[in-house]
Amino acid sequence: MSRLQELFARKQKNVLNVYCTAGYPQLNSTLSVMTALQESGADLIELGIPYSDPLADGPVIQASGSQAIANGMTVAILFQQLKNFRQDIHLPVVLMGYFNQVLQYGFEKFCADAAAVGVDGLILPDLPMYEFETMYGEIIRKHGLDFIFLVTPETSVERIQKLDGLSTGFLYAVSSSSTTGSDKKMEDQSAYFQRLQSLGLRNPVLVGFGVKDKATFAAASAHGAGAIIGSAYIKALEGKEDVAAATHDFIGAVLG
Amino acid sequence: MAISQSYKQPTAEGYYGKFGGAYIPEMLHRNVEELQTRYLEIMGEAAFQQEFKELLRDYVGRPTPLYYAKRLSEQHGTRIFMKREDLCHTGAHKVNNTVGQILMALRLGKKRIIAETGAGQHGVATATVCALKGLECIVYMGEKDIERQAPNVARMKMLGATVIPATSGSKTLKDATNEAIRDWINNPSDTHYIIGSVVGPHPYPDMVARFQSVISEEVRWQLKEKVGTELPTAVIACVGGGSNAAGAYYHFLDEPSVQIVAVEAAGHGVNSGLSAATTALGREGVLHGSRSLVMQTTDGQVVEPHSISAGLDYPGIGPMHAHLFDSGRGTFLSVTDEDALQSAFKFARLEGIIPALESSHAIAALSQLKFKTDDVVVINLSGRGDKDLGTYMKAMGVAGNEVTG
Repeated sequence: MSRLQELFARKQKNVLNVYCTAGYPQLNSTLSVMTALQESGADLIELGIPYSDPLADGPVIQASGSQAIANGMTVAILFQQLKNFRQDIHLPVVLMGYFNQVLQYGFEKFCADAAAVGVDGLILPDLPMYEFETMYGEIIRKHGLDFIFLVTPETSVERIQKLDGLSTGFLYAVSSSSTTGSDKKMEDQSAYFQRLQSLGLRNPVLVGFGVKDKATFAAASAHGAGAIIGSAYIKALEGKEDVAAATHDFIGAVLG
Repeated sequence: MAISQSYKQPTAEGYYGKFGGAYIPEMLHRNVEELQTRYLEIMGEAAFQQEFKELLRDYVGRPTPLYYAKRLSEQHGTRIFMKREDLCHTGAHKVNNTVGQILMALRLGKKRIIAETGAGQHGVATATVCALKGLECIVYMGEKDIERQAPNVARMKMLGATVIPATSGSKTLKDATNEAIRDWINNPSDTHYIIGSVVGPHPYPDMVARFQSVISEEVRWQLKEKVGTELPTAVIACVGGGSNAAGAYYHFLDEPSVQIVAVEAAGHGVNSGLSAATTALGREGVLHGSRSLVMQTTDGQVVEPHSISAGLDYPGIGPMHAHLFDSGRGTFLSVTDEDALQSAFKFARLEGIIPALESSHAIAALSQLKFKTDDVVVINLSGRGDKDLGTYMKAMGVAGNEVTG
């Protein structure tokens, strides 16, 4: 059983997935941030690889990525940092990045290195279903990694079912048609969430985009197995020397 | 992946050879799929074609002349024809595409138009057609470009567009494109995104190339009238993203006798670190939704290019052109800032036409090519030089006396 399967077998409600940017706020804070997330009660870590052109992300996550790139972060350095992370961190970890970075590193090498250090899955929002099915899905599977597709309120039922069929680990339900960190209201989307719940999807659903505090986490979690917090946490880390304290404060407030 | 048989036509998934496709986040899927499934059907409608052709004729001013450049021809010992896209309304070929796309947007029922712009030419061409059709227009423009291109910002505003500065990343065209795409993600139902070049996810490269293909369609019959044959020896065009080139090549791509010459901006020199010569410096990658050649670091971060010409200052290249390069169908050259500048001054005094700096790269490439006396060479004069007067004035102030015709 994979770490993601174990997590969702154990916990079907209020799973807290927290996004952090590798190499942010400092180049070497990646592991301390991940450790702090584990200690403060997160269930799953989505580790973002900083990218120059992150189309699916809003300004907060892009700015953290730009800072991380300026700090010197690269894919190769990330895998160095993650080399022994499984000695301390038992939470499932999925890497979130953009297809171009993975392509430059070498798609298969990336998957092999991710699996070797103990990463559980990948989210590549701009890897299309067509390319996944014709070429890349097989490579991802070969290395035992889960792959998580996104669905949105605009995604047709037929396509949701197909993306669910191709995903393993969980399905990422974007709460509104927006980039990350948006303030769009989630309650307008009740029909969408009801649709998702009625489809009998094979994967647990985590709801993301617009989740930022205790209230929105509770609201989003009610629509699936849990929710994903990104931009709000990145904001909480901004300018903080003590990432552990900032993380405990932030996650404490979300779960408290 | 099925390989397309034609250089001008991508596969059903939008691939030219191994380049193209639609590498987009799911949030864009519905909009892009709607375009993918409908663009050919809409463009094929008789009413669409009639309105498009009427606007090109009466509003844009087409057909644009094919002008025999006698003195330039004498200098190079061959027959050179300039395709006068500089005479289009708004001063460049860009408007061919925006006219087509505004008609497309109306047929898709869209009420709000967004666009990206670098120097402002595509922004002006978009603001123009939005005014023409009474649609809301939002143009994303890098914060740095807004400072550098004040007259075009004023034009867009006068035409009723809202210009929003892109403040992320490098604050230039690449980031303005990211912001426009994000706007589209956030406004999935009422908005159409008018991309300005043959870049972006499928079907944009093909759709824009088809709208621009009127250039080579006209060249064929104009050449027939002037020299008795539809096919030139060579077609030369500058390439940033590559929309004017795609239009100038389009009806010649599957004619093996016609040499296709693409001219990129070398900036300070291809190996200077300040260049925009994507085929020389780029590697296969993904930018703005399509797989192509991309200027990037070894870690896959997209880098900021440099060219004196804002229209060529783009770290990618349309997938059609990447395939022309990769397959060897196209001859790819590059011209430095300095050579482009000299060429603009020389051409102005030889032919009485002040070219855009972009087009001036295409003219400058003549000195890297050998043609016979009776060859027929077509150069796409993609835009006029009004917008570059600031750069030309600076050049005259510094070196005006040394510049001679």
